Order: sequence, then C-alpha cells, then structure tokens
Amino acid sequence: MNYPEKIREQAEAILVRYPEGRERSALLPLLHLVQSHDGYISDDGIAFCAEILNITKAQVQAVSTFYTMYKREPAGDWLVSVCTNTLCHAKGGQKIFDALSDELDVGHDETTPDGKVTLEHAECLAACDYAPVVTVNYEFFDDMDEAKSLELVNELKEGRRPIPSRGAPLCTLREISVQLAGFDEERTAGLEGNAQGDPTLAGARLAAEAGITAPAFDPAAPLLAKEPEEAK
Amino acid sequence: MSVTVPGPRRPREDVLSKLKPVITKRWMSPGAWKIDVYEQLDGYKALRKAFGYSQADLIAFMKESGHRGRGGAGFPVGMKWQFVPDDGQEHYLVVNADEGEPGTCKDLPLMMNDPHSLIEGIVIASYAIKANRAYVYVRGEAVHAARRLRNAVREAKEAGYLGKDILGSGFDLDVVIHSGAGAYICGEETALLDSLEGKRGQPRLRPPFPATHGLYNKPTCINNVGSIAAVPHIVLGGAQWWKDLGSENAAGTMIYSLSGRVKRPGQYECSLGTTLRELIELAGGMSEGHDLKYFTPGGSSTPMLAAEHIDVPLDFDNVAKAGSILGTTAVMIFSDQDCPVVSCWRWIKFYAHESCGKCTPCREGNYWMVRVYERILSGHGSLGDLKLLESACKNLLGRSFCGLGDGATSCVTSSLKYFKQDYLDYIEGHKPPIFDAAAPGDRYERI
Repeated sequence: MNYPEKIREQAEAILVRYPEGRERSALLPLLHLVQSHDGYISDDGIAFCAEILNITKAQVQAVSTFYTMYKREPAGDWLVSVCTNTLCHAKGGQKIFDALSDELDVGHDETTPDGKVTLEHAECLAACDYAPVVTVNYEFFDDMDEAKSLELVNELKEGRRPIPSRGAPLCTLREISVQLAGFDEERTAGLEGNAQGDPTLAGARLAAEAGITAPAFDPAAPLLAKEPEEAK
Repeated sequence: MSVTVPGPRRPREDVLSKLKPVITKRWMSPGAWKIDVYEQLDGYKALRKAFGYSQADLIAFMKESGHRGRGGAGFPVGMKWQFVPDDGQEHYLVVNADEGEPGTCKDLPLMMNDPHSLIEGIVIASYAIKANRAYVYVRGEAVHAARRLRNAVREAKEAGYLGKDILGSGFDLDVVIHSGAGAYICGEETALLDSLEGKRGQPRLRPPFPATHGLYNKPTCINNVGSIAAVPHIVLGGAQWWKDLGSENAAGTMIYSLSGRVKRPGQYECSLGTTLRELIELAGGMSEGHDLKYFTPGGSSTPMLAAEHIDVPLDFDNVAKAGSILGTTAVMIFSDQDCPVVSCWRWIKFYAHESCGKCTPCREGNYWMVRVYERILSGHGSLGDLKLLESACKNLLGRSFCGLGDGATSCVTSSLKYFKQDYLDYIEGHKPPIFDAAAPGDRYERI
C-alpha cells in the first residue's frame, strides 16, 4: 500500500469530520479518496481503508461493491453517463446510449482501450426537466441528442474539455473524486459554474414577467400569538 | 383517452396567479449562492428571529404552520421535530439530499442556487431539536450541489452562523456535507442512516424509529431538503402566511417539477393544490403534436394517473382520493406517443437495479417482473403474464422491507388499471414488438 503522504493526510482530515468512536462513517469518503488516487477501487485501496478504520477488508469490499460510483475496474478520465430511465428514455436517452456505444465500441461500464472514456447508462440523474441528460464526471450536459452527444465524446477523445450546460468546467474523474471525498473545490471557476438553466428558472421567471409575487409579510411579527418564553 | 391541451402564448391570469415564487425566487438572482448576496436577500434574518424563541416555542410554531415534509411522505415537520426526545443525549439532524426518485429534480437546483437557505434552515431546525451536529447526505452524483453546499458551510462558519456560540445564542452547531456513492435506496431514511454510518445502504427494521434510535442509535431527525429550506421563509413570514399560500388542507407552496411532453419543462412553484391542466398551461401547453395520455403526480413510486385526472387538485388529500400519492410533486407528463408498458418496463428495470437485495419480495419480484415485461414487449407475452404481474405486485406491496418494493408496484398496478389495452396490443400482436429479448447480444440485454 504505497499511498503518498498527501492521501494519508486527507484520510486523517476525513476521519475528524465524524464523532469520536464513529469513524466508520468515513468509509464512503475514504473510498472516494482511494478512487481519486487509483482511478478505481483497487485491492490496495480496500486494504488502505480497512487499515485506517481498523475493520476487515471484507467489510470494506461489502460496502464498495454496493455503490455504483465505486468502479471495480480502472475507469477512464471521462465517465460519460447517459440517463436511460423512463423519462429520458422516452425523450431519446436510449438512442443516445446506443449511438455512443457504437461510436466508442464499448458497452455499459466499459472503457475505451486508450483509457480515456468510460461509458455507462445511469439511472435518474435528477434533471428530468432537462431530459435527455448526459453527464461527464457528473457535470450536466442538458437537453442532448445523438449528434450533440457524439460531438461531446469526440471532443473528449481529442483531449478537449467541452463546457457543461450546468456544473463546473470539467476535471478528470480522479480529480472529481477528491471533491466527492469532501474536499473543497479549489477552482473559482468550479464554484462559479452555471446552475441556472431555463427549466430551473421557468416558474420564477414566468411569475416575474407577469409581475406576480408572493403576498407580503411582516418579518418582525411574533411567531406565536402569545409572548415568547425566555429563550434558553 | 388522451387530452389535447392547447398552449396559449401566455397563460390566463387566473392560472398565472397560481404561481407563488417563495422558495424559487432567489434562484433568479445570480450569485445568491454566495453569502453576501444571500444576506442582501433576507438571508439569515430568520435565524436571528428564531434565536429569540425557546425550542418548545419553535416546535409549536412549526406545528401551527401546518408545514408538511417535501420528501414524499408529507409528514408534519413540527411533529417530527417534537418526536426527538429531550433527554440530554446527543442528537442529530440529518438532511436527506439523496434526490433520485425518477422524475424528481427540485432539490438539486435549490442546493445549487440557494444553498444558504438550506444551511439557515438546518441551524434553525438543529436549534429546535437541540442537535449540535447535522449531516447533509447529498447524492454522490450531485457534485455541483455538494461543492456549493460545502462553500456555503465555510462561508456561514466564517460569518458566525455555524460553529461555537452562534450569534451569541450559546448554541453550537457543526454541519458536515457527506456525499453518497450512487444508490437510490439511500433516499430511504433508515438506509441513509446505515450508509452514513459507513455501511451498505440497507433499510432498518422499524420500530424503533430514527426519532429515538437513529444515527449511531441516537435520537435523529431526518428531513428532506425542501422541508428544511422552507423553514427560514416560514419563520420570517409566519404560520398564517404560510398556510394562506397553500390550499385548505395543505399549507405553503410546492415546487411542481414538470418534465416530459410539455413545451417548457421546469420548476413551477405554485400553491399546493394546483391542477395538471393549470400546470400544463403554465408550461406553455403540451409539446407540438402530443396529447396527454398519462402522468405521475409525484415520481415513479406514485401510481400513474390518466388524462381523466387532469383537473384533480394536486395536493395530499385530493391525489389520494384519485388513487395515487402526491409524493415529491415530480410530474412526469407522457403523451399518446409514449407507451405506458415501455415506461413501466424501464421503471421496473430501475427498481430491480436499485433493490438493495435485503428482502426477497423486492429482490426477486422486480427481477422477475423485468423478465415478464421483456417477454411482453418482445411479442411473446400471454394473458397469463398480466396475472403474473398482478400476483408479483401483491407479493411485493406491503410485504417488502421498505418503501422501495411498495413503490415499484405503483406503476404496474396503475398501468394495468388504466391501460390494459396497451398490454393487450403487444400480447395480441396489434403492436410490433419493440425488441427481441431472446436474441443473444441484443443491446437491451447489455444494460
């Protein structure tokens, strides 16, 4: 287990987020952390987590295999997830997946031979109002179709980093795994990344255009009809 | 039956008046995710107000407001807070931000655009239940939400809204943003707790309930993002104001998440009790060439409703009367060009994939239902298959360990109720099969 000192320091920083004696809570972030180093959940990563938490490797593996974001094989720099759940499926998600599968010549949870792109079908990504959606390392590419998706993966293959519709400018799967382990986004552009698509603002914008606001209130009005008790 | 809903250029005035921008209003302001902008927009005023009251008063107020949970079950928030015993043990507040119910997409935009409202609500709720530690369990895939939440926690701490002796109240609170790792089941509250404890996300037997035996076996209150983010608004506006925003039996506004065959899908915050007809009008009408055929009132785990339900007020009681559940008000709208049998097949594939495997009815029932659907959709189905689906659902509903298994049956039984003919069309050969499930290497088998 030759993990660099930085990984060990980060592991310690994860442990202190949880109460004393409850360090096992750190297991999910720790697995994200080892994935940030190895690109998947390796045997070494499992042993590392087990050692840090003083639990067995079997206990770690039981957890790592339960969750889909922990990859069992080395994943590519770019994890392309296509939602094929019902709503996205109705709007073309499966066609997008099939087109990408043909273009990349890989199936679900498989990586291109050059190690660049991993393709997966995903369950609902909580962006149904933007359907059909594709994510790259979990940043949103909204309202996609086959042509746009093909262009997206081809840009990735050529080493470019297309700008997501919502979310931060792309970083690699290993880099995003550091954030999943609970460490701050260090790029200002990452925090600034867009979150205001048309569907998100649809209702609020319609109300604003029509001059509709919620009824006014007096923020100083007491919470209860009776006098407040003495606050502790 | 399908219904054509024309889309006027601008919705009529009485329909527009259903819009009640409260929770979603700040989303319009660029930079509202930063603390200085949030503070300019009434941010953290509710917290100062709340600290002027006792915990008991705050809980009484929350009960008075009639605020009900926004995570699907609609449980009264004040009551949930009251269930946490005041017995000197350590307490926890856990926010369920594991949004993943198919169709549901209201919490992610909130956390991305207005994360401080959630943090402020967390401080107020934690103060009310005397918790000094709060966790936000964010769905792993929601990376942009998590990064803005972490930023909000850091900013709030620097400004004195988190940490020790918040605003001189003597109250301490630490908030940890905890990313999951991809498992729908972790949205089930006890599975979420196991996951947060670093285990496989599998539901726990209840009783005991999380209110007394939750995280680390300690008293824990688990609330949805929407339930908590509304709290600062309610504290500022007052109980009566919140009640007046809703309908008779349902206080407050609701974010209806419209997706599917409408011209402008998106988040529409309206009075609770807005009808689908009104929502479609707000969304600019049905998409060109599409007539309404079926919809879910609140995600895939709520029984689908048909075009005949277009005028049902979408609130807790009226949706229940119509035979469904309000759920998360994730309104997925399907048209005459969509097939309810195909929709159910995809949903059941989803439930089969996401079943945690703990209990037999859910693990086996969903697995086999996928096979039955694939037989029907590949043109090899029989009338017996419909009975088989019904019987599988009977063995799932009420016999599964948690709500995932119950929820899976919703689409199957409701589609058999309203759209049996669509099933018969495949079985009797009126409709061509959509794929050949028997063929080796068929692409649907790959996923």
